[in-house]
Amino acid sequence: MSLRVFALGNPYRQDDGVGPWVARRLRKAGLEVFEATDDLTRLVEGLAGADEAWVVEAVVSGRPAGTLHVMEVGPEPLPAVFERLSSHSFSLAEALELARTLGSLPPRTVIYGIEGRQFGLGEALSPEVRQAAEEVVQAILSRTGHPGNTLVTSACQHEE
Amino acid sequence: MGETPKPNRTRTLRVGNLARVEGEGALYVRVKGRQVEEVRLEIFEPPRFFEAFLRGRSFTEVPDITARICGICPVAYQMSSCQALEAALGVQVEGPLKALRRLLYCGEWIESHTLHIYFLHLPDFLGYPDAVRLAQDQPQRVQEALALKKTGSELMTLLGGREIHPINVKVGGFYRVPRKAELLALRDRLERAREIAQRTVRFVGSLDFPDFAPDYTFVSLRQEGEYPILGGRLVSNRGLDIAVAEFEQYFHEEHVAHSNALHATLKGQPYLVGPLARYNLNHDQLPASVQAVAREAGLGSVCRNPFQSIVVRAVETLYACEEALHLIDAYEEPDPPSVPVTPRAGAGAGCSEAPRGILYHRYRMDEQGLIAEAKIVPPTSQNQKMIEEDLRQFVAANLELSRPELTLRCEQTIRNYDPCISCATHFLRLDIEHEP
Repeated sequence: MSLRVFALGNPYRQDDGVGPWVARRLRKAGLEVFEATDDLTRLVEGLAGADEAWVVEAVVSGRPAGTLHVMEVGPEPLPAVFERLSSHSFSLAEALELARTLGSLPPRTVIYGIEGRQFGLGEALSPEVRQAAEEVVQAILSRTGHPGNTLVTSACQHEE
Repeated sequence: MGETPKPNRTRTLRVGNLARVEGEGALYVRVKGRQVEEVRLEIFEPPRFFEAFLRGRSFTEVPDITARICGICPVAYQMSSCQALEAALGVQVEGPLKALRRLLYCGEWIESHTLHIYFLHLPDFLGYPDAVRLAQDQPQRVQEALALKKTGSELMTLLGGREIHPINVKVGGFYRVPRKAELLALRDRLERAREIAQRTVRFVGSLDFPDFAPDYTFVSLRQEGEYPILGGRLVSNRGLDIAVAEFEQYFHEEHVAHSNALHATLKGQPYLVGPLARYNLNHDQLPASVQAVAREAGLGSVCRNPFQSIVVRAVETLYACEEALHLIDAYEEPDPPSVPVTPRAGAGAGCSEAPRGILYHRYRMDEQGLIAEAKIVPPTSQNQKMIEEDLRQFVAANLELSRPELTLRCEQTIRNYDPCISCATHFLRLDIEHEP
């Protein structure tokens, strides 16, 4: 089964960088991650052919920073609030609807929206956002069979 | 709604929430009777903050950081910054390395122009609220657009190192250069992209355009022998002809109360940069084959109608496909992948043609190569005054339009520029207030 992870956002825009932050962590664990910022038609291209897609994105909905919004994309368009979740010229909701229209929306698409607090210039995430991002990393790693830093066995035991 | 404005009645058009993290803006238009009294395009966020962010960073970090200013035209930021830093360091990048930079830039033009044509601008002309509805009715056309765009993206991935925010570009050249075989592997897709680009020119040439042709001052780069992308001299249709290093003697930025983006002027006057300017000042540099397709689509050697910028973008997309094929065929693998650079104190300027127009960078660094001063003048702040002027003229000439029609035309007028603020198809909210 083909599962793809997409991380959206800009690492130099404080909490908007939560997607790239998650991407870096997942890559260190050996997972492939597709990143995008402004142009989400790239997401439409990337979704084609996947059985399952997980999308990580910063969210602004008025809830406390670090709130995790997890939504599985159903048969209907995303609720209007998701139009506002994206900071980009072609919103996440539009990108997913375009993929659906073109028949390339994966059978299962899960959005991890992490509520951000600050979007100025800088590389640091808010502490609450970072904590939520860590949860998302662990959730994706456990779902994809990558245990992260858990020591399963010592490398030298494999040597012959 | 379609009412005839009465003398002395004030109509206020407020267009709010051009919101997004990387650039926020709004539009405000006040009309009294038949006079447009005030037009303000408010941009809340320019890349000005990046200029401060860069101070103290090593010059080697600059191309990767500036690439993050815009996720749609990262190559433009990389190229202008590399050129400015190379000027400061006394380094020339020529031959196959320069050709590879041009090829990478072609990828960005194809991607960015296609995004704007099909996903941001075309729905306006066809009466669709967005590209999703367009795709419902015309899936084949949108699939082709995605294929065209993806070819540009593949070029960027190969030369830039990954699909977004290229990480393979450095001051002096590249970290790694592609093998000829890797480039030739893209040839078939580029041939197909060229066919789609040709169909695109013909299709968008057949759209209906409002009758509107201001007497612009166009500014672009120009270099004999090639359509401008990477460099050249700065020229205008009013006699300007200067070196890039002279930019700040002629172009000035000013603060205006309603916008954080500085307004740039040429000797105090607004001017226009971007596809229309490039086309009008460099039509003779386009290959005859591209000129012929442009002609079939109704474009002469001069085009002053900003609504037809969609056709010019399509022509430039076709040119970028042709140029990419030409560059791939002529490519000889360079060795090494970059020219050596040694930090030294100095200052330098660079300018290249981003899809939206000239992008000027200037840097000053100390003897360790740490950035002491950075100046970035993006196309949007250069065009901002012109966008306001277009809106002023267009609204004044079309006061009889119904509110929905005026709304659409105001949106289109802004989208003609593909400004690097929120350019989503839904970004305008227009309220017309009537005051007795």
